[in-house]
Amino acid sequence: MNAAAKGIPDGLRVLGGWAINSVRRLGLASRFLWATLIQSGTSFRRFKLVTREMYFVGVYSLIIIIVSGLFVGFVLGLQGYNTLQKYASEQALGLLVALSLVRELGPVVTALLFAGRAGTALTAEIGLMKATEQLSAMEMMAVDPIARVVAPRFWAGVISMPILAAIFSIVGVFGGYFVGVVLIGVDEGAFWAQMQAGVDIFDDVLNGEIKSLVFGVTVTLIALFEGYDCYPTAEGVSSATTRTVVISSLAVLALDFVMTAFMVGGW
Amino acid sequence: MPFTIVPTVNLVEINNVNFAYNDRPVLKGMNMQIAKGRVVSIMGGSGCGKTTLLRLIGGQLQPAVGSVKVAGEIIHELGHDELYRMRRRMGMLFQFGALFTDLSVFDNVAFPLREHTDLPETLIHDLVLMKLHAVGLRGARHLMPSAISGGMSRRVALARAIALDPMLIMYDEPFAGLDPISLGVIANLIRRLNDALGATSIIVTHDVEETLAIVDYIYFVSEGVVVAQGTPDEIRASKLPFVHQFVHAEMDGPVPFHYSGEPYARDIGLDERGS
Repeated sequence: MNAAAKGIPDGLRVLGGWAINSVRRLGLASRFLWATLIQSGTSFRRFKLVTREMYFVGVYSLIIIIVSGLFVGFVLGLQGYNTLQKYASEQALGLLVALSLVRELGPVVTALLFAGRAGTALTAEIGLMKATEQLSAMEMMAVDPIARVVAPRFWAGVISMPILAAIFSIVGVFGGYFVGVVLIGVDEGAFWAQMQAGVDIFDDVLNGEIKSLVFGVTVTLIALFEGYDCYPTAEGVSSATTRTVVISSLAVLALDFVMTAFMVGGW
Repeated sequence: MPFTIVPTVNLVEINNVNFAYNDRPVLKGMNMQIAKGRVVSIMGGSGCGKTTLLRLIGGQLQPAVGSVKVAGEIIHELGHDELYRMRRRMGMLFQFGALFTDLSVFDNVAFPLREHTDLPETLIHDLVLMKLHAVGLRGARHLMPSAISGGMSRRVALARAIALDPMLIMYDEPFAGLDPISLGVIANLIRRLNDALGATSIIVTHDVEETLAIVDYIYFVSEGVVVAQGTPDEIRASKLPFVHQFVHAEMDGPVPFHYSGEPYARDIGLDERGS
């Protein structure tokens, strides 16, 4: 402890240390993003590298996205019908299910699931590559690991997320349809017609996709940065993986609020 | 005119290098010259800065003071592209091979060729098989890294390190954790490949006998400086206490058995009880 820090209470010092460390890591993550962007040439010249990673982060996430979307749709159908029928508005069930999914649940739940499924896998993979000196070996072979390993995974995450969110919303709508129309007996024509009339391609669908694109950048960046920056031991990789889920989830929820606040004017 | 290697030309020159990890100094005024065509070993106890030296030569770390020159170029003054061009002429064997676990043995060796050349796949196939044949693992090309032993991993990594016919090959603890047969195979390969490629090799290790048998020159490093150097015969005959302790694996000596701390009697409270 230096002389200047002696008079400061412990709690304040810990808080200060935490704040400085957080800002430092934010700065490192920004530099990491910048390096990834300027080293992205290889990813676009050899797009096969990106499609390969899309297979791992996107296709492997499909099952959890589809099953979750279906159940979220089921629940929306049930809850929505239960509330709407009190006001004799059960024909609006299709609209409620679609708007809930496209505007909010699709992008947000997909991002949270993506952080848990693909984000952790990315962190662990990069972290273990670091711990086993594979990244160093690549550097010594004159291959930049940011260009060869990080950037393709980054773009794979950024491209996959909006597609997964769209799949989540589509499956969710069919889940709501199954419970509302097939099981409960809401009028099928009203279910689809209200949805068609009330869902706007720009204000709702496009905004939802913009959200999921931002979440794609955020979650993938956090996952890759945590892996690349982790302490190269088993414990280091393990805590980096945990941080990926915690920080990604909080960032997604906070960003969702901020973006919704900007978008709500259009509704 | 027959091709001859001129041993007096230095491929690597380390001049008065200081390096520290945060507040912990590792190298303190290190000086070293590695002549072209030679196989040179850097020896010393664990944590004495041997691997740090290799990373400085490879440009993965930068010295706080002093300079590291490779082929006449000061490594830490090179820009990103120039450094990467220089690294294409270096090969490095990491302690545990550092093979890419998602690629087969064949693809691991093909990796640098595919990244740095536009050679047709048929030619890459032939080159990879030649490199794998040189390390005796042509038949293992379809295996994944998880399916081969530690010694085989090391040989695959060696084939990968020489894929681009480097001028300088660096070995970080190449003998660590190997059985006697694998150890002999690796030692033999290091010498043979160096001579066949006309390269220069630096071996960082603490395996004395295997190393003395194959190298031309040895540097002993302790506490961040070179404490002894010489040919294998000079090292074997050395009376310097550090070298003697190291070569004869003596438990105590200039490198103490006990980590420094309070006197034993005081630590277990004999002082107070006695008084």
